Amino acid sequence: MTGYILKRLLSAIPVLLGITVIVFLIMALIPGDPATAILGSYATPENVERLNRDLGLDKPLVQQYFIWLGNMLQGDFGTSFSLNRPVLDEVLERFNATLILAGTAFVLCAVLGIAAGVVSAANQYGWADKAITFAVLLGISIPSFFLGMMMILLFSVNLRWFPVSGMWPIYGDRNISALLSHLTLPAIALAVVATGVIARLSRSAMLEVLRQDYIRTARAKGVHERGVIWRHALRAALVSIIPVLGIQAGFVLSGAVYIEIVFQWPGVGRMLVDAILTRDILLVQGGVVFVAACYVLFNIVVDVAQTLLDPRIKT
Amino acid sequence: MSAFLKLLARNRLALVGGIILLLVVALALVTPLLPLADPDVTRTADRFKRPFSDGALLGTDHLGRDLLSRLLWGTRLSLAVGFAAALVAAVGGAAIGVVAGFFGGRTDNLIMRGVDMLMAFPYILLALAIVAALGPGLFNALIAVAAVNIPFFARNIRGVTVGIAHREFVDAARLSGMSTARIILTEIVPNVIPVIVIAMSTTVGWMILETAGLSFLGLGSQPPQADLGSMLGEARSALITNPHTSVVPGLMILVIVMSINLLGDGVRDALDPRLKSGALSRPMAATLVDRRAPVPEPKAEGILAIEGLQTQFHVKDRVYRAVGGVDLAVKPGECLGIIGESGSGKSVTALSVMGLVASPPGVITGGAVRFEGQDLIGAPYRRLRDLRGRRVAYIFQDPLSTLHPLYRVGDQLIEAIRAHRSVSAGEGRAKAVELLRSVRIPNPESRVRDYPHELSGGMRQRVGIAMALANDPDVIIADEPTTALDVTVQAQILALLDDLRRDRGLAIVFITHDFGVVGQLCDRVAVMYAGRIVEEGPTADVLGAPKHPYTARLIACVPELGAGKRRLEAIPGLPPAVDRLPEGCAFADRCAKVQPDCRAGEIALRGDGARAVRCLYPENTASREVAE
Repeated sequence: MTGYILKRLLSAIPVLLGITVIVFLIMALIPGDPATAILGSYATPENVERLNRDLGLDKPLVQQYFIWLGNMLQGDFGTSFSLNRPVLDEVLERFNATLILAGTAFVLCAVLGIAAGVVSAANQYGWADKAITFAVLLGISIPSFFLGMMMILLFSVNLRWFPVSGMWPIYGDRNISALLSHLTLPAIALAVVATGVIARLSRSAMLEVLRQDYIRTARAKGVHERGVIWRHALRAALVSIIPVLGIQAGFVLSGAVYIEIVFQWPGVGRMLVDAILTRDILLVQGGVVFVAACYVLFNIVVDVAQTLLDPRIKT
Repeated sequence: MSAFLKLLARNRLALVGGIILLLVVALALVTPLLPLADPDVTRTADRFKRPFSDGALLGTDHLGRDLLSRLLWGTRLSLAVGFAAALVAAVGGAAIGVVAGFFGGRTDNLIMRGVDMLMAFPYILLALAIVAALGPGLFNALIAVAAVNIPFFARNIRGVTVGIAHREFVDAARLSGMSTARIILTEIVPNVIPVIVIAMSTTVGWMILETAGLSFLGLGSQPPQADLGSMLGEARSALITNPHTSVVPGLMILVIVMSINLLGDGVRDALDPRLKSGALSRPMAATLVDRRAPVPEPKAEGILAIEGLQTQFHVKDRVYRAVGGVDLAVKPGECLGIIGESGSGKSVTALSVMGLVASPPGVITGGAVRFEGQDLIGAPYRRLRDLRGRRVAYIFQDPLSTLHPLYRVGDQLIEAIRAHRSVSAGEGRAKAVELLRSVRIPNPESRVRDYPHELSGGMRQRVGIAMALANDPDVIIADEPTTALDVTVQAQILALLDDLRRDRGLAIVFITHDFGVVGQLCDRVAVMYAGRIVEEGPTADVLGAPKHPYTARLIACVPELGAGKRRLEAIPGLPPAVDRLPEGCAFADRCAKVQPDCRAGEIALRGDGARAVRCLYPENTASREVAE
């Protein structure tokens, strides 16, 4: 197992390098030069040229890439000009908030999605199946930002169950219950789409598994139907559900952008949108590379979970 | 194509989705012709008018602009951008996928590695990075969303292309001297179009959502031009005071995406052949029972007696009579063989006993199954479950598919015990080891920790038998347990079952298509054909002097070892389809000595005590040599 994990980690290195290349190339596409963007259109040519030199933008592209990569490997993601602080510090702080939001949403969508899919498949064509199928259709069709806004309107403004926005109360203690009351609505709004996708997939995976011969064996043994569904069938269905959880984690992580904007959540997504609007290129680069790298590592965890779950996979 | 449209139209939800989408698209198309207010003219005096107020059906926004007009123009823009993005992604992705799949080798490798890299990004993040580079703007948002979706298309299309690139018609085109470009355009592209259509129908909704999302963030359409996303984005600041400005564009996005998703699901279902046969329905916990005829009176004795059992499969409007009135009984310590070709209904008979026939489509429509005198057909699930595995246990064919692949065999054995009585973990484990030893598995202590795939075929079948024995049942129903095994292993398994029967007084129902196996193990044998028993009697009698022509020909099919003089005779023709059974004898069409009255009326199973045969002209020579 350790060998397999090491192998997967090693195989992630080219992917991570590829990510930096792609991000770097995208940023190199930028029309005009960043120095003008930073200094504004009233900057003197001399100042622009000096800043370009300072940023290393007068060097060939390949050289620029390796300088940028080398700096990042040493933990230097550059300095954000709009915030005037190191990119990495800002990203780490913001990513912490995003992780709380996206992590909660991910757990929610995994648990609820799989449960809904299982119930749906076990009662195929029954009323529970129909209700879930309809809810799922609604869930995957509603824009998360619109859903978030409607939830604020209903649960925060009208019912006053939850705060309208933010991660912490403006006045008062920053304790776990304060966090939870701020977290509930955004986490649900973020989880809805992925829950729908996972429920859909879990349903079809379960239907596929329930037709297998070993399910008949379990029934022939006299295993209770609950055990047949939740132990035998779900266990086998998880093998095809887990990889989709990996993909959905990516949707949840990046979909957090919208939710962070709607709920004023101080996460990395909101930071990126602000950085794009102020054309703070280094901050965008650093944020994207960092989040993408985390996602790659998370997918390794998913792969490892997959091999733990299926003894037939040779590690 | 028309078949596809018909299928699509039959799907009512898809139809509803299609109609709504058509309405929205039509509305968007005629928007410039409608007598609407200018969507961009601001009138601050009329800010935030409520819906249904004079001159503004849906009210006005924070700048006093008419919401209805803005909604329709915004819908037009959102639809155009979403579909354009889908088209760009489809064309770009298809081009990449076709090139990679067609040329293969290093080209393929290089392209697909690049695609994998792009897919390693969290979806929206990549779109953000692209917008960051190109700058905010609706056209740039379109490019970003399309670019992000290209890998998905490329991967799908490549897979299909690889499948066709080496087919005969492509090779033929190559040999005829067609240029590569022409081969791709005339042979490959037409074949990948259905895949492109499916992929588009499932992603276009996403793309509309994503472009709306970028606009919502302020990175898409720029003021005063507005698509639905930016309308929602601008309305957000007035969400609490004037929610209608948010609700109007939000609901529109929901309606559009939902109708596209409904239609997309319909398209996918119509193009996915697996769903056409209704194959994806799951079997329920117990077979459905729909007994129309009165329950037959008990007549046979024995621990397990099947009387007039009828099991059918209802697929769409077809009815397959898999079991058409079967009577069988087995006593403790007795082994009853059921023999017949595949499709003769022998397995369905066996599975009907404990309600294990997959349902839907299976339905038990008549007869009784009496265990110790009590009818089980229609018994509540609780009673069936209680008997399953505890009193009546099954051994199935091919234990690779009938054992759960992801649980250790020991755990599966323990579960069989725990389904009926509570034992401690240690006790269960000891019992599992003991069970494995009783079926003569070497090293049972270490084997309990093996997964099914780690065992050989013979060992797996022994596990299957051990599982059946877990609760000391009274009846074992073995459904072709040795068919998947080689001959020496088969002999060992048969010897094992025979010992168990003698030692424990088990009643065994043994289903097979092999007369050799029947001869070794069974006291009595019943021959099934097209869902009915055609002959029954003590094994030696039936094998030595078959009375039904079918039995005789079946025995003649068995090859003899050594200098067999007789010719091996296959039975001409095929068994009749059980949804269109002929009147009279089902074997008549394949029978050499068929008479006109064989095809008329019901032919009863007649006999004297031990022997019975369903034939008007039974064979009377002993061990007739066929066609000699």
